[in-house]
Amino acid sequence: MTDHFNQLTSKDFMSDQDIRWCPGCGDYSILANVQRVMPDLGVPRENFVFVSGIGCSSRFPYYMNTYGMHTIHGRAPAFATGIKASRPDLSVWVVTGDGDGLSIGGNHMLHTIRRNIDIQILLFNNRVYGLTKGQYSPTSQIGMYTSSSPDGSIDHPIDPLAFALGAGATFVARAIDVDGAHLQQLLRRAHDHPGTAMIEILQNCPVYNDNEWAEVEDRKSRIDAALVLEDGEPLVYGSEGHRRGISLHDGIARVIELKKDQDPIAAGVAVHNEAYQTPAYAFALASLRRPDFPLPIGVFRAVETATYDALLQGQVAGAVVKRGAGSLHDLLHSGDTWTVEER
Amino acid sequence: MSRKAPGKTVQQLESVAIRFTGDSGDGMQLTGTKFTESTAIAGNELSTLPDYPAEIRAPIGTLAGVSGFQIHFSSKSVRTPADHPDVLVAFNPAALRANIDDVRPTGMVIVNSDSFTAKSLKRAGYAEDPRPALRDRYAMVEIPLTRLNREALKDLDINMRDADRCKNFFALGLMYWLYHRPVESTERWLESRFKGSVLEANLRVLRAGYAFGETTEILPVSYIVPKAKIQPGVYRNITGNKALAWGIVAAGELMQTDVFLGAYPITPASEVLHEVARYRHFGVKTFQAEDEIAAICAAIGASFAGELGVTTTSGPGFVLKQEALGLAVMAELPLVVIDIQRAGPSTGMPTKIEQADLLLALYGRNSDSPIPVIAAMSPGDCFHTVIEAFAWAVKYMTPVIVLSNGHLANSSEPWRIPDVDTLPRPKVGYWSDPETFLPYARDPETLARPWAIPGTPGLEHRIGGLAKEQGTGNVSYDPRNNEDMIRLRAEKVARIAADIPPIEIDGPGSGELLVVGWGGTFGAITAAVEAARQNGKAVSSIHLRHLNPFPKNLGSILRSFDKILVPELNEGQLVRLLRTEFLVPAIGMNKVRGQPFLIEELLARIDEMLSEETSP
Ligand SMILES: Cc1ncc(C[n+]2csc(CCOP(=O)(O)OP(=O)(O)O)c2C)c(N)n1
Ligand code: SF4
Ligand SMILES: [Mg+2]
Repeated sequence: MTDHFNQLTSKDFMSDQDIRWCPGCGDYSILANVQRVMPDLGVPRENFVFVSGIGCSSRFPYYMNTYGMHTIHGRAPAFATGIKASRPDLSVWVVTGDGDGLSIGGNHMLHTIRRNIDIQILLFNNRVYGLTKGQYSPTSQIGMYTSSSPDGSIDHPIDPLAFALGAGATFVARAIDVDGAHLQQLLRRAHDHPGTAMIEILQNCPVYNDNEWAEVEDRKSRIDAALVLEDGEPLVYGSEGHRRGISLHDGIARVIELKKDQDPIAAGVAVHNEAYQTPAYAFALASLRRPDFPLPIGVFRAVETATYDALLQGQVAGAVVKRGAGSLHDLLHSGDTWTVEER
Repeated sequence: MSRKAPGKTVQQLESVAIRFTGDSGDGMQLTGTKFTESTAIAGNELSTLPDYPAEIRAPIGTLAGVSGFQIHFSSKSVRTPADHPDVLVAFNPAALRANIDDVRPTGMVIVNSDSFTAKSLKRAGYAEDPRPALRDRYAMVEIPLTRLNREALKDLDINMRDADRCKNFFALGLMYWLYHRPVESTERWLESRFKGSVLEANLRVLRAGYAFGETTEILPVSYIVPKAKIQPGVYRNITGNKALAWGIVAAGELMQTDVFLGAYPITPASEVLHEVARYRHFGVKTFQAEDEIAAICAAIGASFAGELGVTTTSGPGFVLKQEALGLAVMAELPLVVIDIQRAGPSTGMPTKIEQADLLLALYGRNSDSPIPVIAAMSPGDCFHTVIEAFAWAVKYMTPVIVLSNGHLANSSEPWRIPDVDTLPRPKVGYWSDPETFLPYARDPETLARPWAIPGTPGLEHRIGGLAKEQGTGNVSYDPRNNEDMIRLRAEKVARIAADIPPIEIDGPGSGELLVVGWGGTFGAITAAVEAARQNGKAVSSIHLRHLNPFPKNLGSILRSFDKILVPELNEGQLVRLLRTEFLVPAIGMNKVRGQPFLIEELLARIDEMLSEETSP
């Protein structure tokens, strides 16, 4: 371990490799913000491991001057599981795309989240397969025209956060590629969360799906198009003069128009709580869609429960306490044995 | 217990093969296993073959539900479970029907006469009672097992169903008497396993079965099979799967490195996961993954992090692992992949035997991605094979494939327990010096790259599946570099041959016919070749454990014989390799019935080969 990590800067996390993303790709901003956050996390650089699958987004580890694995399509969570389960001392980050993580890798995503292994998953959602040149993905909206859907996509999309919540995710958040300050805040929260922390990062692909998130990426329109979640604060959004809130009853969300200076809580607006044990509340938030509702960003859910890696280490340590460290000689001689004498 | 049977004849035999058969609920595997333990303690050489139905709960009394366990024991050397049992124990008509054709002519057939009811005859598909016809051809021993068993338990507070479930131990007791086996090990086992009335019932019927043998008129003769000449040492029984599991645990201990096993349940590999999971106190971690892909990926992740990654599976799961194996080749990380082959293709016959994944192991990935392959040749050899695989994996920084099969997995043999101090202790060394570190610099001798694990300051680096530049490991699309790297990786695997001992020939070093086997067919081939030589035939054999790379002297041995026969439980895989690699006129002998080779069929083919004119 080094003791100089406190002095590290974002530069220390930049590798010497040329970055190959298209100009204007949202991945640049995400990379820069991740590099900015790393020095503040109190982790020596050599203890970071970035693991990815395949896709434009999955090139990410090459650009991080940490340990990294660029693996195979969709399987990054499984590699990360092996790393973290064997070495809980490491800070393990998965970088994946909407195709990598929810199409070919949907199964691993589900099971990794359900086990609550203590890793961070950054899912770059550009709602398209970038690397393979623009086919629709599992998050693409119905009707999207692409090279493989010339008549429009007929696949119903999945919402990454609803998926994660369905799998029992203990930490679920949404960020925007270009909103650096907010993204950094969520990266820190994800790092501090014990258990699987999933952040969906809305990412623009200017080449194959430009402006998919324009409404929330643009600072001005974001005010009316996004709902910034703050723990303990009412679900209020909208520009000065057009403030609105969200009420939630029986899982049904409604927009409440707020008059100037009206107390939102008194008006029936729900108060955000990250810590509800039931995922139903966060699921209701994850179901809010444009244009009828604002798109929530921030932490949807943060609850604590035992992590897979801690339970596994606990079983190993417990077995040693209970049975003593294993002896190979005793193992080989366990059960019935017999001796054949020299004759 | 070696009570003398008064007034009965005792006859000495060199060897006996017994097959215990019954409904899958009758406890035949347990009966066979206990008889095996007792036989090992009696000092015989032995070999066993369990055969169970694929269905967990097939309808009672049907052919689909028949379960069997064969044991062959002898005062001489035993290589196989025997082609034909001398004795068949059949608990019901279905078991009789399913097995009778395998019994040696005039062999002994012991049946539970209580089970020959109209209903069970019908279930077994018999139009009429087969026993009268069989009495002329076999030594039929008809015992009212159900009634005798109930009788022995009549004053015990136990319901009829539980009482009937003990009857396999009655039969076991009888067989112990018949072959002069000690009952103590079984009694000890029962005491460790059960208590109360269940323990009492089982102990009682075991002893009652033994006593029945002593007194019954039906069995006038009992048999002694003298002790075999066995190398001195401490022995135990071991199945191939247990040996694999213990090899995994042992590798961690010997290499002083924690083991991480990722696996997804599949027949016949699941027991390895079950067994290893019991040894957390060795620091061994098991991870039951969501599928075979996740299992291998997690194991590779653990290897990257500095542990001994291993994954266990069978055919269909092995297929799923191929893409990740390709990554392990590219990333040059140590990894052991164990494929316990089963009969295919597709889901095939999961509980049956084949050795048809050799070409998959060697060539099952996209592009040129060579991986060393070792095949275990006996249950006990599985233990050493796994340790050898880990040693290669770490020394050469490469995935290594271990092939076993369903036969080795489930059959047991007496195994001389190795002295832990004499086992190899392969060295594990992680790179630590940042000044001299290059992720893909190579050791001049082994061509291995350094193992640099997270947590080591100054060695931060990225690996992955994209083509790697020599030395730096940076992504490179340079055409020459790619070709060089593909050839370097192949050369690295080829250099492992330096660690492989030369193959020893069983029989003369040159001559007319060489039989070449690999993996789990060792017993049958050796037995057949030895028998042929005893018949005066000029035939030798070699058995390959190392399939990639081959032992260095393989080519010269092959060229020293006029004819080469390659028996395989597949449609001709090793034979293809030998022909292409060494340009020798090797001929295949192939069987894909889900069953092992019979010695007699190998002998017949050997005779045929020797009588044929040599043709180029
Ligand atoms: C086994 C396998 N199948 C298909 C591919 C081709 N492939 C590479 S990336 C990709 C989709 C990536 O989409 P996404 O995860 O959304 O990443 P993006 O490029 O959009 O960041 C596909 C289909 C592959 N590399 N491997
Ligand atoms: S294709 Fe799209 S996602 Fe990929 S690098 Fe280019 S802009 Fe980014
Ligand atoms: Mg995408």
